[in-house]
Amino acid sequence: MRSLSEWYNDIFASTAVASYREDERIFRTRFMRTWFVIFLCVVAAINLASLFGVGANEYHYFIGNLILVNLISAIGLQLLVGFTGLLSLGHAAFMGVGAYTSALLITEVGCPFSLSILAGGAAAALCGLIVGIPSLRIKGFYLMVATLAFQFVIEYTIIHWEGLTRGIRGIELPTPHLFGIPLEKNQAYFIFVFLLAVFFMWGAKNLTRSKIGRAFIAVRDNDISAEIIGIPIFRYKLMAFAVSAFYAGVGGAVFAGLLRTAIPEDYVFLNSIIFLAMVLVGGLGRLVGTVFGVIFVTLVPVLLDLLVSYIAHAFDPNFTVYMGPMKELVFGGLIILFIIFEPEGLVGIWIRLRDYFKIWPLPYISE
Amino acid sequence: MTQQEKDILLEIRGLHLSFGGVKVLTDIDLKVEKGKIFSIIGPNGAGKTSLLNCINMHYRPQRGTVVFDGEELNHLKPHKVATRGIARTFQKVELFHGMTVLDNIKLGRHFLMKSSLVGSFFRLPALARDELEHRRQIEEDIIDFMGLSSFRYHPVGILPFGVRKRVDMARALAMSPKLLLLDEIMSGMAVEEKEDIASYILDVQRDLGVTIVWIEHDLAAVMDLSDYVCVLNFGTKIAEGTPEEVQKDPQVIEAYLGRVLREGQHDA
Ligand SMILES: Nc1ncnc2c1ncn2[C@@H]1O[C@H](COP(=O)(O)OP(=O)(O)O)[C@@H](O)[C@H]1O
Ligand SMILES: [Mg+2]
Repeated sequence: MRSLSEWYNDIFASTAVASYREDERIFRTRFMRTWFVIFLCVVAAINLASLFGVGANEYHYFIGNLILVNLISAIGLQLLVGFTGLLSLGHAAFMGVGAYTSALLITEVGCPFSLSILAGGAAAALCGLIVGIPSLRIKGFYLMVATLAFQFVIEYTIIHWEGLTRGIRGIELPTPHLFGIPLEKNQAYFIFVFLLAVFFMWGAKNLTRSKIGRAFIAVRDNDISAEIIGIPIFRYKLMAFAVSAFYAGVGGAVFAGLLRTAIPEDYVFLNSIIFLAMVLVGGLGRLVGTVFGVIFVTLVPVLLDLLVSYIAHAFDPNFTVYMGPMKELVFGGLIILFIIFEPEGLVGIWIRLRDYFKIWPLPYISE
Repeated sequence: MTQQEKDILLEIRGLHLSFGGVKVLTDIDLKVEKGKIFSIIGPNGAGKTSLLNCINMHYRPQRGTVVFDGEELNHLKPHKVATRGIARTFQKVELFHGMTVLDNIKLGRHFLMKSSLVGSFFRLPALARDELEHRRQIEEDIIDFMGLSSFRYHPVGILPFGVRKRVDMARALAMSPKLLLLDEIMSGMAVEEKEDIASYILDVQRDLGVTIVWIEHDLAAVMDLSDYVCVLNFGTKIAEGTPEEVQKDPQVIEAYLGRVLREGQHDA
């Protein structure tokens, strides 16, 4: 008979390096693998329950979709800002490129939804390459201004090239179909975006643990020695811009599919800033951090709305009138508090919790 | 090509480097023989680090050529120079602080590893195998050799200076170089650490057959280990020869040795 502690150690606290292959896995410990499987089961259970009318409703799935779409896009920004150390103020514009490319392909050419997502990503990636070219000569603040210029060029183009984009009226989209299946309900769309987000998270994780991801970090941490040990830094800066924009483009296409419309105000400068906030609040240079950052930044305004309307309902109908503008202040304040008190981002809390629970409730087993 | 020319791995001819009128290196000529330890000494500001930067083509000399293994390097970008087999450690340790020791060393093998963007995204089996094979080589040939096993997963930023210098050297060795440039790798080290580094340097030269260009202020170590010594002062070469010859050179004693000995006492 194996003792309880042996069994426990095996599942939650194994620290020995069994082999290099074992060591290079995504979830290095069985603890993390176990939790990931539990997470998948919970998501599946929630979806099953909804089929019987229990638990999550269509509104909840809509919020879930919002989070997942933002996540796909934010992973791209994380790769650029957190891993490669290049700041972008035009992430929403790359999303816009993806959204409009996909919308136009669907409405004008009759391209299938799935393909249009890929095309949206590709179009954005091409823009990313172009925006990245100045990084050969300029750095830091000046490069940031180049991305800002791109943001405004795209905003201007979307609004003024009416012949193509229909200006401020936007482009209406039909119900998205995937391999013949209509994604009519938010829950159906949720299952699709969830799988897509897991797929792109997996891809990003693979990139970051490959030589490409290491080169990104090398560019971020010390580009002089990176060059001298054989890393062509300009190529990796371009690659980071392109990959980041690809994620944004896919996110944009899926976002348009969720809302059944592509409209200019979804891809404005403020949204670029909000994406930066997601990455910062989540923690720079950690992919899991992005998940927390996106959930936080997407949910807080929703919860504040809920809170305000609840108070208005229960106590004072005028509350919404004078609390409405306060929401933004509270939201901004929360983000600032975060950056001050948890500079490593939410991922810092996550790591502490994980390390704590890895050895809980038998802290004496692991060393 | 004569036999003698074949044995020259690195040759610098008539090298001039200046920054906005300030002359840093003037008319430097040197030949580094294959498989030897070639040391460069000279007071601070003599231009030693700048000379290495010229070999890496990180600095572009205004005049002169750098020929490595029969190829002129002047027209190459720094990252291309690395792929020709020139590795380097840095005076101020230019590591990637947010990464683990293992990842830093893996970056030394960057240009030796297979990759493609799509392949890496999907982690195709061929790439995963290649990565594992490099991991194995790094573990067996470098991490064990440099005594870094217990620091494998430590972020470089939290390690003491002496260990970081070893990581810097490990990263350079991971590049499987023909020529290793060491820039004051012993500075700031305790005696035992210096002895370790000295034995690594000798092992790298003897067992791996790597040629070494070594800048160091510790004259005892330099005279002990080097095959050939070159002395720089104010950007010019003032002497060269075997350690015995250089130590006897009156110009060296006058211009450099006395000064370094006095400075060395302050350092210690
Ligand atoms: N990038 C640079 N720009 C301007 N001056 C430089 C630069 N690099 C080195 N120098 C100058 O070149 C001289 C030699 O420096 P260095 O090569 O670091 O000397 P050493 O390594 O022998 O101490 C110094 O006077 C230094 O100020
Ligand atoms: Mg120096």
